[in-house]
Amino acid sequence: MKQESVILEAVNIGKTFGDVRALDTISLKLRAFTVHALLGENGAGKSTLVKCLMGYYRPDSGQILFNQKEEIIESPQRATRLGLGMVYQHFTLIPNMTIAENIVLSRADLPAVIDWDAEIKILQEKMAQMPFQFELRRLVRDLSVGEKQKVEITKQLLLDTKVLILDEPTSVLTPTEADEVLGKIHQLTQQQQLTVLMITHKFREVMKFADHVTVLRKGQFIGSAPVEDVNPQILSDMMVGGESLSKPPQRETLSDSKIKLNIDKLTVHNDQDLPVIQQLDLKVAQGEIVGIAGVSGNGQKQLVEVLSGQRSPQSGEIQAHGQNFLPHQNSIRQHKFFCLPEEPLKNACVGSLSVADNIVLHKFNEAPFAKWGLLRRGAIRRRAMELIQQYRVRTSGPDQPIAALSGGNVQRVVLARELAQDVSILVVSNPCFGLDFKAVADIRAQLLQARNRGAAILLLSEDLDEILEMSDRFYVISGGKLVHHTTPAQANMNTIGQYMAGH
Amino acid sequence: MTALRETWIISLAALALAFSLVAIFFATTGNSPWEVFYTLYRGAFGSWFSWQNTLVRAAPLMLTALCTVLPARVGLIVIGGEGAVVVGGLCSALVGITLQDQSPVLVITAMVLTGAITGGMWIAAVGALRYFRNVNETISSLLLNYIAIAILNFLVIGILKDPATLNNPSTHSIGEQNMIGQIGDTSIHWGLAYGIIVCVMLWILCRRSTFGFAADVVGGNIRAARLAGLPVAKVLLWCCFLGGAAAGIAGVLEVAAVHGRANSALNAGYGYAGILVAFLARQNPLAVIPYAILLGGIQASGGLLQRAHDLPDATVNVIQGIIFMVILSSEMFYGRFKWLQAKN
Repeated sequence: MKQESVILEAVNIGKTFGDVRALDTISLKLRAFTVHALLGENGAGKSTLVKCLMGYYRPDSGQILFNQKEEIIESPQRATRLGLGMVYQHFTLIPNMTIAENIVLSRADLPAVIDWDAEIKILQEKMAQMPFQFELRRLVRDLSVGEKQKVEITKQLLLDTKVLILDEPTSVLTPTEADEVLGKIHQLTQQQQLTVLMITHKFREVMKFADHVTVLRKGQFIGSAPVEDVNPQILSDMMVGGESLSKPPQRETLSDSKIKLNIDKLTVHNDQDLPVIQQLDLKVAQGEIVGIAGVSGNGQKQLVEVLSGQRSPQSGEIQAHGQNFLPHQNSIRQHKFFCLPEEPLKNACVGSLSVADNIVLHKFNEAPFAKWGLLRRGAIRRRAMELIQQYRVRTSGPDQPIAALSGGNVQRVVLARELAQDVSILVVSNPCFGLDFKAVADIRAQLLQARNRGAAILLLSEDLDEILEMSDRFYVISGGKLVHHTTPAQANMNTIGQYMAGH
Repeated sequence: MTALRETWIISLAALALAFSLVAIFFATTGNSPWEVFYTLYRGAFGSWFSWQNTLVRAAPLMLTALCTVLPARVGLIVIGGEGAVVVGGLCSALVGITLQDQSPVLVITAMVLTGAITGGMWIAAVGALRYFRNVNETISSLLLNYIAIAILNFLVIGILKDPATLNNPSTHSIGEQNMIGQIGDTSIHWGLAYGIIVCVMLWILCRRSTFGFAADVVGGNIRAARLAGLPVAKVLLWCCFLGGAAAGIAGVLEVAAVHGRANSALNAGYGYAGILVAFLARQNPLAVIPYAILLGGIQASGGLLQRAHDLPDATVNVIQGIIFMVILSSEMFYGRFKWLQAKN
C-alpha cells in the first residue's frame, strides 16, 4: 500500500439533538487522495457527521484535525476556506438562477462586478475536462433531479475543492452515469487532485470505487477498513447488525385484469408553456406494476404533477375505474387514487406542520380524525404513533415538525400515509431516492404487497434496476413520449439504453 | 406548549426594546421618559374612565387585526383592513338608513350582515386577484384601501350627503333608536363583545377545525394541498372573506355604535393599526385580544399626552411605528435560541 497522509480526521465526535444521541464518539480518518465510503442506514448519523465536518453543526464533543492541525470549523465558510466542499442530498442550488450564476455565486472571492461573458467562457473551458456538460445559461429550476445532482458535483469540481464530500451522489443517476461520475472522481483522486468522502448505501459502488470504508449504525462507530479487506456480506452485517431484511413477497397473478388507470391522449406543458408530454396513452390494470424508465427531464416530473393534481394538463383525459378523474378529495377517496411524488418534503408534505398532521393529510376531515368539523387531536396522534412504530420512522415524536426529519424518514412518513390505507391506484416516482438498502427493500416489499392486493401501480424511476426488479411490464419515456414497451424478462439492455438516450 | 414560550419571550423582549426606543424619543422632546410613560399608563389603564376609553378603541382593532390574521393562515399578507372597514361601514349605513323604521333588532342584524358580507367580498376580491391573476395581495389590498376611501368621500360629499352635516359631510343618520348601546352604565358599547366573540370563534376555526387544518396545509405547502385534493381556491377565498368580514363588522360598529352615520371617521386608521396588532399577535386570533387592548390603550392616551407634555399630535403614530418596526425585526430571532426551543 502506498504511503498516505491523513488529510482530515475526526476524533470522538459526539452530537445530541434533544434526547436523540445522533453521534456517539465517532472517529474517522480520511487519507489524502483516496475515496472513503461512509456506510450506514437511515438515521445512522452519516449526514450529521459530515455536517459537523462542514461547519453546519458544532459537535458537542470531539475534535476535527485538518492536515494534523486542530481546526474549529465554526461555519461553512471556514470549511470552504480549508478546501472542504460538499454535495448535499437536498440540493442547495438557487432555482431562479442559471447554472453559471449558481457556480460563480459559490466562489469564495466574488468580485464586485462580474463579467458574465468572461466567466462563462472560463467555465466552458474548465467544463471541457468535466464528466458532464451543460448549457450554462439554463435556469436551475428547469432541471430535473438528476441534472441538478450533476450540476452540484460539477460545481464543487470547478471550485478547486481539495476534500469533496458526496451525500448519496448516485441515487438519481442511471448505472452508466453513476459509473461515469464515480469513475471520473476516482480518477481525480488517483491523479492526486482530490480526496473524497462519499456517503452511500450501494455496496457495488463501495467495492468498485472506494479505497476505505467506515460503517456507522445508530450513531455508533462500528468499524473502518480498507476495501480490500471487506466484502458485501461483511458490510451488510456491520450495517444492520444482524437484523433481517424484508423478503420480497411472491408475485401473484390475478385472473381478472380490469383496467384501473387509463391515461388518454394526455398533453402537458411545462412552466414555459412548452409541450413536455405529447399525446401520451397509458393503461394500468389491476394487480400490475407498470414501469416508466427514462433519463430524468423527459416529462416524468410533469406527468406525476398532473396525476397528483399539481399541474393542469393541456388536453387529454385521465380515467380511474372508467370514470373521468379530477384530483379532488372526494374522487381521490372514491377511487383510492394516491401519489408518491419524488422529493416528498417539497411535493407531498407541509414542512411546518407536525409528523402527525402530515400523516392524516388525506383523512383529517373524516372520522375518526374529525367530528362536527372539529379536529380530534387525540385520534390523530394515536394514528401517528401507530404508523411511526409500524414504519419505523425515527422521530422525537408525532408533534415534531416534519421538516426536522432526515430525508429517508420523511419518505417513510409519506409511504406510511399512502400505503397504510386501502390503495387502488398508486403513482410512485423515484420512491427509493436517497434511501439505504434496508429501507429500499422495505418499500419495494410494500409496493409488491399493494400490487398483490390488486392495486394498479404506475412506477416512474430513473433507476433502471428498480424498474427491472419491480415492474410487470414497462415503457421507456423519451422527449415526453413512450418510445418503447417491453417486459423485464424480454428486456434487451442495449435497445433500452438506445431508447433512453433518445435514438 | 414550548413554542408558546418562545413566542412570549421574544414578543416581550421586542416590546421592551420598542419601549426603550420610545423612551429615547420622549427624551428628545425634552420630557422625562418616566413621566411620559406614567401619563401614558394613566391615559390607557390608570382609571376606570381610561379603561373604558381603551376598550372602546380596542373593539375595532380586534376586528381589523383579524383581516390580516386570517389571510396570513393561507400565506397571504393582506393590509386591506382599512378598505374593508370603510366598505362595510358605508354599505351597512345605507342598509340602516333604508330600514330605519323597522324594528331595531332587524336593523342591527341587517347592518351587521351587510357589513360582514361587503367587507368579506372586498378582501375576497384581493384573494381572487392573487389566486387567479397572480396579483400581489399586499399591493392590491393597499390600493383597494384608497379606492374604498375615494368611494366613501365621493358618496358622502355627493348624493348621500345629509344637508344638515355641513362641516363634516356624512350620510343621513340610521336613527338613534337603531344604535348599538352601551354595556351597563359604562361608556363601552357592545362592539367589544362582538370583537371578543369573533376572535374566539375564529381562533376555534383556525386551531381546532378541519377548515383551519386545510388552511394551514394551503399556507404551508400548496403542492401538498393539491396532492391531497383540497379545494385550494375555496379555502384561500374563504380565509380572505372571513378576514374581510371581521373588518367589515368593525365598520358597522363605527357607524352603529359610535357615529350613527357613515363619514370620513370610518378611515380613522383602525385598519392600519390592526395590521400592527396582527403581527404583534403573530397571526393568532386569540392573542389579538390582549394586543388590541394594548394598542387601544396607546391610542386612548394620545389626547392626555398632548395636553400634559405638549407632545405633537402624531406621537401615538410614532409609538406605533417604532413598535411595528421592532416587532417585524424580531421575527428573525425565532428558532435562533436553543434554550427557547421545544424539548421533545
